[in-house]
Amino acid sequence: MPRTLFTKIWDAHVVHRREDGLCLLYVDRHYFHEGSFHAFNMLRARGLKVRRPDLSFGFGDHYAPTRARSTGAIADPEIRGIIETFERNAKEAGIRAFELADPLQGIVHVAGPELGLTLPGMILVCGDSHTSSHGALGALAFGIGASEVAHVFATQTIWQTMPRQIRVTFAGTLPAGATAKDMALALIARIGTGGALGGAIEFAGEAVRGLSVEGRLTLCNMAIEAGARTGMVAPDAVTMEWLRGRPFAKPVDISDLHSDPDARFNTEVSLDATHISPMATWGTSPEEAVPLHGHVPKPEEAPDAARRATWAASLDYMGLKGGERLADVRLDRVFLGSCTNSRIEDLREAAAVVKGKRIAVPMLVSPGSSSVKRAAEAEGLDRIFTEAGASWEESGCSLCVSMNGDSVGEGERCASTSNRNFRGRQGRGARTHLVSPASAAASALAGRLVAAEV
Amino acid sequence: MPEPFTRLTAIAAPLEMANVDTDQIMPARFMRRPRDERYAQYGFHDLRFTPEGMVREDFILNRPPFDRAGILVAGRNFGVGSSREAAVYALQALGFRCVVADSFGDIFFNNSLKNGLLPVRLPEAECTALRTTLHANPGAQVTVDLAAQTLTTPDGTAHTFTIPPFARDCLLRGLDEIGFTFTLLPEIEAFESARAAG
Repeated sequence: MPRTLFTKIWDAHVVHRREDGLCLLYVDRHYFHEGSFHAFNMLRARGLKVRRPDLSFGFGDHYAPTRARSTGAIADPEIRGIIETFERNAKEAGIRAFELADPLQGIVHVAGPELGLTLPGMILVCGDSHTSSHGALGALAFGIGASEVAHVFATQTIWQTMPRQIRVTFAGTLPAGATAKDMALALIARIGTGGALGGAIEFAGEAVRGLSVEGRLTLCNMAIEAGARTGMVAPDAVTMEWLRGRPFAKPVDISDLHSDPDARFNTEVSLDATHISPMATWGTSPEEAVPLHGHVPKPEEAPDAARRATWAASLDYMGLKGGERLADVRLDRVFLGSCTNSRIEDLREAAAVVKGKRIAVPMLVSPGSSSVKRAAEAEGLDRIFTEAGASWEESGCSLCVSMNGDSVGEGERCASTSNRNFRGRQGRGARTHLVSPASAAASALAGRLVAAEV
Repeated sequence: MPEPFTRLTAIAAPLEMANVDTDQIMPARFMRRPRDERYAQYGFHDLRFTPEGMVREDFILNRPPFDRAGILVAGRNFGVGSSREAAVYALQALGFRCVVADSFGDIFFNNSLKNGLLPVRLPEAECTALRTTLHANPGAQVTVDLAAQTLTTPDGTAHTFTIPPFARDCLLRGLDEIGFTFTLLPEIEAFESARAAG
C-alpha cells in the first residue's frame, strides 16, 4: 500500500501497538532546554534514571542572556538558578549539554540541525512546541510537555496516536522579495491557527523544493502556529548537501524517505506561491496577517460575528483602528532573531537591506547560535548591523519569549522575526508584528512597517 | 502521578475568549519558578491583575461565584501555542479540574490528560449554549462523569464526549503511564537490539 513520508517514519519506530491504535514509538533524538527542570524533578521524585543519556542533548537557550556569556554574571538570581539547575541536571545524568559558554551553544532548533544531530528519518522530540522545525530535514519531529519529557528520559519512547495527515502544496515559484516566513504567514492567514489542529503537515510543491534548508526550517517551525503537531519536507539533494560535514551527522539512506505517488492524505491544501508577497501580522494571533503593502483590516470586514469581536479586541490591544496602511504604522523597535529566523541566511538577507544605511528605531540582532554568530562575523555581517546602528548580541531565545529578562515595554510596538504575536508574548502589554528578516530590516530603516525594496 | 478522576460536580465558569494561548494562561516570566502554591497567582495573571497589581473586577474569574469554579468552559482552540505544562499546573492551582472547549491546542490537550485536568471536547454550539446558561445562572453546577463520558449541564441535559481510551483508563485508575510503559521494557529492548544489529 502506498504510504506517506510521515507513515513510513512512524511505522519504522513502532515498539508496541495497542488495539485502540495508540502506539509506543521509539525516540531517536531528544533535545531539552532549561525548562526541563520539571521533568528532572519528576524523575527524581520517582527514583528514575535517564535510560539513554547518549540520545539526549541539552541546549541552554530559553534563559540565555542576550548580552553576556557567563552564568555567574547573571544578575537575576532566579534566572541564574534555572541555568545552573539545567547544567547540573545534564551533568548528573551524563548528558551532553551545550551550555552558555560552549562554542556550540545555540537555540535548540537552530543548533540541533546545524550540528548534524537532526537527521532524515528520525523521530525527534523536545519539550518545546517549535520542535516541528526539525521536520525540515525529513525527520518526524514534534513538541511535548514536561510529563512526556520525563517519560522519554525514563523509557526513550513516547505514546502517540496517528494524527490526520495534511499535504500543503505551494505551487509555482516564489516571487523575488518573498521568503519562507511569508509562505508560512500566508498559509496561516488562509487556514487559521486551528487549520491544521492535531495534524501532521507535509510541505510540498515547487516553491518548497526551491527553498534552502534554512527556509524549510522556517516553514516547518511555523507549522505549529497553524495548529499542526508537526511539519515536514521530504529530504532531497539539497538536504544531503546541507548536512555534509556537520560534526554529528551520520550517513543516511533517503531513497525511500518520500511520500509514494499514490499516498493518500486526509486533507490537501494548495497555495499559489507566485502570488505570495511579504506579509505582516496586524493582530494578536498569527492568523491575523496581511500583505505588507496593504491595510490593517476593519472589524466589519471580518467573515463572521465571532471573528468580528476577536478582531476588534486584537485591534484594541494593538492600538490600531483598522483601515490604516501598514506602511503608516510607526514602530518603537525591531527584533531580528528566534528559532524562526536567526540563521545565517536570515542575517544575510537583513544585512543586505541595512548595508550602508542608518536605522530609525532600535534594532536587536540575536544570532540563532554561537556558530551562526561566528560565521556572520567572519563575513562582516556584524559590522554592517552595528554601523547601521543595530545592536549585535549573543544567541538565545531572547525577545521571542522574553524569559531571559529581555522585553518590549508596555504599549511599545515591535516588528519581530519571531513566531508568535500573542498578547504579552514579548512583555506585558507589548505589541508584536511578525515579519520576515528582510522586512524587519526595511522596517527598522523606515521606523514603520514596510517590505524591503526588491 | 495524578489522582484518579472519576466524577466531578463543580461550579462552571464561562470564558468568552477564542484562541487562549498558554502564554496568557501562564506568562513566561513566572516559568522559572518551581511548581508550588504560587502558581495560583500566575494563572491568567495579566488578565486578572492590572500592571500595578490591582485585581481586575471586570475579569470573570475574579468575580464570585466564578472564583470558586472547578470547571472552565472556554472558546475554540483553548491552550494553543507553547508546550509549557506549567499552564496546566496554573489552571490546577486555580482550582480547575476540567476544561470544556470545542477544540484544544494539541500539546495542551496531552499535558492536561497526563496531569488529571480533564479536557472535554464538545461541539461549538453546545459550548456556546452552555456558556450562555452559565452567564444567566452564575454559580450553576456542571457534572462530568469520566466513566460514562458524559457532561451534564445545569438543566439536566447530558452531552457525551470522548477521551482517548488509554488516557481515560489511566485517569480512572490513577495509573502511572511510565510505570505501564516499563511493563513493555522487553519490547523496547528488542527494538534497540534490532536497531543495533540493523
